[in-house]
Amino acid sequence: MNEQVHTANLKTIAQSPLVARGIGNVKVRARNVNVFYGEKQALKNVSVDIPARAVTAFIGPSGCGKSTFLRCINRMNDTIPGARVSGEITIDNQDIYDPSLDVVQLRARVGMVFQKPNPFPKSIYENVAYGPRIHGLAQNRAELDEIVLSSLEKAGLLKEVKDRLHEPGTSLSGGQQQRLCIARAIAVSPEVILMDEPCSALDPIATAKIEELIDELRENYCIIIVTHSMQQAARVSQRTAFFHLGELIEEGDTDEIFTNPKDRRTQDYITGRFG
Amino acid sequence: MSDVSTPSAATPAAQTGHWYSVAQQKRLKRRYAADRRLRYLGLGAIGLAIGLLGMLIVSLVYTGHLAFAQTRVELEFYVDPALVKADDIRAGNFRAIARQALFTQFPEVTSRREQTQLAKLLSPGAEWIVRDYVAAHPELIGKSFKMLVPVSDPYDQLQKGLMSRDMPESQRRLSDQAIGWFDKLKKAGLVHTTFAYELFANADSRFPELAGLAGAIAGSFLTLLVCLVLSFPFGIAAAVYLEEFAPKNRLTALIEVNINNLAAVPSIVFGLLGLAVFLGFFGLPRSAPLVGGMVLALMTLPTIIIATRATLKSVPPSIREAALGIGASKHQVILHHVLPLAMPGIMTATIIGLAQALGETAPLLLIGMNAFIPSLDSVGLLEPATALPTQIYSWADSPERGFVTRTSAAILVLLGFLVVMNTAAIYLRQKFERKWS
Repeated sequence: MNEQVHTANLKTIAQSPLVARGIGNVKVRARNVNVFYGEKQALKNVSVDIPARAVTAFIGPSGCGKSTFLRCINRMNDTIPGARVSGEITIDNQDIYDPSLDVVQLRARVGMVFQKPNPFPKSIYENVAYGPRIHGLAQNRAELDEIVLSSLEKAGLLKEVKDRLHEPGTSLSGGQQQRLCIARAIAVSPEVILMDEPCSALDPIATAKIEELIDELRENYCIIIVTHSMQQAARVSQRTAFFHLGELIEEGDTDEIFTNPKDRRTQDYITGRFG
Repeated sequence: MSDVSTPSAATPAAQTGHWYSVAQQKRLKRRYAADRRLRYLGLGAIGLAIGLLGMLIVSLVYTGHLAFAQTRVELEFYVDPALVKADDIRAGNFRAIARQALFTQFPEVTSRREQTQLAKLLSPGAEWIVRDYVAAHPELIGKSFKMLVPVSDPYDQLQKGLMSRDMPESQRRLSDQAIGWFDKLKKAGLVHTTFAYELFANADSRFPELAGLAGAIAGSFLTLLVCLVLSFPFGIAAAVYLEEFAPKNRLTALIEVNINNLAAVPSIVFGLLGLAVFLGFFGLPRSAPLVGGMVLALMTLPTIIIATRATLKSVPPSIREAALGIGASKHQVILHHVLPLAMPGIMTATIIGLAQALGETAPLLLIGMNAFIPSLDSVGLLEPATALPTQIYSWADSPERGFVTRTSAAILVLLGFLVVMNTAAIYLRQKFERKWS
């Protein structure tokens, strides 16, 4: 039954009003992805297409594999001993698990924002400048300054920290730290930004600011956000994918999923029957 | 639950029921008594530890404090131009000058035998002190000047009260006549007790009043320097490799077990290793700080490796993930993020490891770092040297009474260095703790 749902969705993407609206073609394509942690299988045969210049939300109850899948896209699962990934994931039709692909460069093209804000224990300036510096994106100090300031601007943080760029990143509030992490990810000009429950450690006002930011960013980046909160998914995303027990149950336009889910389990989750 | 029934005679009016019964009160009392017993046990243990430590320190201070003072006599030295030539001052007959300065205080001493006895009042080093002073001030040739010079060890002991005047003369080091001479100088107000700078400025000597720790301190310093230069980079590199790069297989586990065991190996075994390999096989110079440093580095390496690994493990994984997520390669994650955060812990462990190495005696003795170093001219990495703990060992062996106090004083100096180093380690640890949160 899942296969039918998936093929139906593939067709809808091609003809979807999203494409017509210029949100973009498929950026990240996953086919038959399985992830094992040792003996335990965390993801079963996940296939999904993720459009560029839109926000895709992964929702589902705890332990359903959505964070695992997210971490496959920038190969962060490689750092976990005993983790095995099979299947195909491509970005712009390029297989990211190809042995000849440089994983370090991949992680610059695919940025990640984590659940708990984790700025480096350096100054605000250094936090944002670190990425461009190690990837050689700036020829001189002036260019680096430019990148740092524009990233902070895009993350909506510049006004608040303009006069204290050399104070430690850890001296900011939780919401500001998360925006700093977003600025840090943006500074290396990624194509995809992965966000693993970015607002779960923040208060509602900070959360609102970040959601606003995500909405602005989607014009230029492909954003994938894992979230526990269905309301957030409904507010922020254009596409939603529902995971359960390691399988992708249903995915489609956010409006569709929330008003007219096709799978029984999706409906149960959305109406709060479980999760 | 508690019924306010008829109160019994034993309990107050309003307190009845389970919580206020006599049995419960007894139980409560027993629990508090057990609490108190535990507390007193802990206090007792601490008291015992501090008491023993206090006894050690007190006994050391009691025996050693006298070594920090030196008895000196103030004499007027006439630099006879017949005895000292301006073109080669150091070759002058300062022995005669010193003796003459003393004899002028005792015009009644005329026989050669008595004069020889009297001359022993001054330390043999007195003439060199006068010589060095005149060499630095050549304008004094033909003139007189007053200076304090140390007395020899028996008189120093006498002045400090360590030599009993009540013992019969045959059992004493100083005859009654000698004591009489000394008392005469005291009456004339020429005897002064001042700080014994020789203890820190001089190298070793046969004569206790001239023996100092300068050679030992220099030797210990060079040895620790070699130890630091060798153990710090290698220790950190090994720990980083084991923690970050090594695959988690049997070989790695074997290496880890071996390193942990090495930390517990008796130090004398490292001394034997140094003797057989560094001295025997490689033919490095004996008693040299270089070899001593290498042996101590072998001992300090396991400590640094184990402590560095623990510190690396304690760096929060969120920092690593953040760095990896931005596309940092492995060495960038380690050098730019993990090591800087781990550095305070590593430095603390290094300082503590060095403090341990400072006090190691057995391995240094085995490689012969117990040389008799009478002058500071020959201090070098490859020259024979001595170190603080080995110096203490040889002084403790000496029969001269003057060395007894000096041994205790040297132990106090060594303990002083250890306290300073450990305090620095604790201060650093507190200052840099939790910098990332």
